Amino acid sequence: MASKDLLGLSGLSGAEIISILDEAADMKSLLGSGRDERGLDDLAGRTVCLMFFEPSTRTAQAFAAAARAVSAGVIAFSAGAASSTSKGETLLDTARNIEEIAGVDVFVVRHSSSGAPHRLAALVRAGVVNAGDGWHEHPTQALLDMFTLREHFGRLDGLDVGIVGDILHSRVARSNAWGLAACGANVTLVAPPAWMPEEAGALGAAVSHDFDEVLPRLDAVMVLRIQKERLGSDPGPKGAEYAAAYGLTPRRMERAKDTCVVLHPGPVNRGVEMTGDVADCDRSLILRQAANGVFVRMAVLARSARALEDGGAR
Amino acid sequence: MSEILIRQGRVIDPASGRDEQADVLVRAGRVADVGRGLSAGRGATVIDAAGLWVVPGLIDMHVHLREPGGEAKETIATGARAAAAGGFAAVLAMPNTSPPVDCEYMARYVRMRGAEAGGAEVLVCGALTEGREGARPADLAGLARGGAVAASDDGDEVRDARVLRACMREAARLSIPVLCHAEDPDLVRDGAVNEGRVSTELGLAGRPALAEELAVARDLTLAAEAGCKVHIQHVSTAWALARIAAAKAAGLAVTCEAAPHHLLLTEDACRGYDPNAKVNPPLRTEADRAALLAALADGTVDAIATDHAPHSPEDKGLEFDRAAAGIVGLETALGLALTEFVATGIIDETRMVELMSVGPARALGLDGLGSLAPGARAHVTLVNPTLEWTVEPERFVSAARNTPFAGRRLRGRAAVTIVDGRVVFRANVA
Repeated sequence: MASKDLLGLSGLSGAEIISILDEAADMKSLLGSGRDERGLDDLAGRTVCLMFFEPSTRTAQAFAAAARAVSAGVIAFSAGAASSTSKGETLLDTARNIEEIAGVDVFVVRHSSSGAPHRLAALVRAGVVNAGDGWHEHPTQALLDMFTLREHFGRLDGLDVGIVGDILHSRVARSNAWGLAACGANVTLVAPPAWMPEEAGALGAAVSHDFDEVLPRLDAVMVLRIQKERLGSDPGPKGAEYAAAYGLTPRRMERAKDTCVVLHPGPVNRGVEMTGDVADCDRSLILRQAANGVFVRMAVLARSARALEDGGAR
Repeated sequence: MSEILIRQGRVIDPASGRDEQADVLVRAGRVADVGRGLSAGRGATVIDAAGLWVVPGLIDMHVHLREPGGEAKETIATGARAAAAGGFAAVLAMPNTSPPVDCEYMARYVRMRGAEAGGAEVLVCGALTEGREGARPADLAGLARGGAVAASDDGDEVRDARVLRACMREAARLSIPVLCHAEDPDLVRDGAVNEGRVSTELGLAGRPALAEELAVARDLTLAAEAGCKVHIQHVSTAWALARIAAAKAAGLAVTCEAAPHHLLLTEDACRGYDPNAKVNPPLRTEADRAALLAALADGTVDAIATDHAPHSPEDKGLEFDRAAAGIVGLETALGLALTEFVATGIIDETRMVELMSVGPARALGLDGLGSLAPGARAHVTLVNPTLEWTVEPERFVSAARNTPFAGRRLRGRAAVTIVDGRVVFRANVA
């Protein structure tokens, strides 16, 4: 039986992940065809609460759109930077209060602390969907990346995927590494030494500091967004060094297979992790990623709702 | 004067090599006699110790009692009584209070509050530097006059080697040991777990083993030059242990302690983000744990010390990276040691008693403690080695509940704790 929570892709089987992607594909074809004008009703009568303790426009909007598309009521709690760090009211207290007041069925949580959604899931009756926790996981981003790759290639099994950037601080990298590996892809994490976590092999991937060596065998390159404030700060690399060794330029793309595609979670820092012409080229799937984000999140919310129906309160 | 006759227990006194059934007679706060068939005068308290162990009063040389300044977590009174309930007759209170214990009057205050508590004897560790700020040596001579028996900036490493060198030279002159929290502050920063597989998987900032190892190497080198007694607190890595063993072999006056949580748990306990497994230095790898257990047996480790670190639910109940670090240990240490170290055959009873009494007494240079020899101060612990019980934090005498050992079944527990000839704890079920 599926879980009411989606805390991460670590520990999920390939079959579970594929079933979410399949459902997302069904929803996409249903809505895309325009046949179902009333929308889907998987979460009719249910309430989804968006709790974003970290600023995010795109992910929050995609979740809100997804929740409405499956007929859920949506309430949003957004905490300023001040309240997320104040000791007065923690995430856990806040969520329990809102659960009581509003009768929430699913919390969608983003938080700067790794593990915050896990603590919450242990405390509330509602389902919990992780919308990004610290450096740990961002499972719906990885699911939409995998959805987009599968849509393009028709499969995930056997694909060679490189994830390039600040792996140490990236929840997108962790979720993709675990999820892709579970679905049979070969993942290589590429980063300068300062941004490669210790024992990165624990993420189920190969590791390399040499992008140019890895690139020719890749079917897909996932370029991570580089937080500019980390460039040149101790102990990260300088911006120019990073761009020279890891930046995705048209010239570097010449080393890649003709069939190699490019993904990025957005928004792109043009000229830092990739140039604008690579982001906009015909091998870039970046715009399709954004469009697919809603369908994947609809499927994730529907999965939680089914688990709540099957399992009662908890 | 009042007398206590402890009859027919198994007396285990590592300092004298005694392990036999005998009576212990306590008079006027001192051990008067140990032997068979002793008799006491009229009005003496007689304790039937058949089936119990009678050992030198246990000493925990690393506790945080939080007073003054942190009374929501623990007070000297609750901490001293929790210690007694755990079988400890004496504890060494760390100075990282608010304000810190960095002058003679603060040391006197903590001693006074400890005496009022009516639990374990509260020994005082003074701060090494003024305000624990690491910038200037504290008044170590004044602290010693106020009763401090050791000095430490525990909780933090003294970053500036020039300052630590000056502290160690002064400590050598005063003949008090310097206790080092060996973690390089620049390498640990905001780290919440051991750096390695678990920090990578959980997406948490790591505290590398290297931070402890660099600091141990530095502190031992500085102490050798200064000629002071140095004690490495809560050793947690295999490499640091090897370094300490080498320094001992070279004749350096170095001792070290290990905490039950480092001996029994690994970084894997942090999976699931339970803040009760968050502690500094962090829980390490299985290889480190195995090295610690071996060092318990081979003599490299001198003391089992709990690093009893009480926290309120408000400070512990936060997200893992924001939650306070620390584990309470006073009421679980003896049961864990008996169940996990002695019953498993890693060490024998005598060695366990040594690690929890005369070992810390020697590391701190405390004459008259850690022994049941006639004339010694009558700190005595009676242990029920067969009592089975479950760790239930809600029943702790301590004001705090933060332990990763909740629910553990243990065998063996303190029955009676005697401090200077006074019974300060007696279990309901003995």
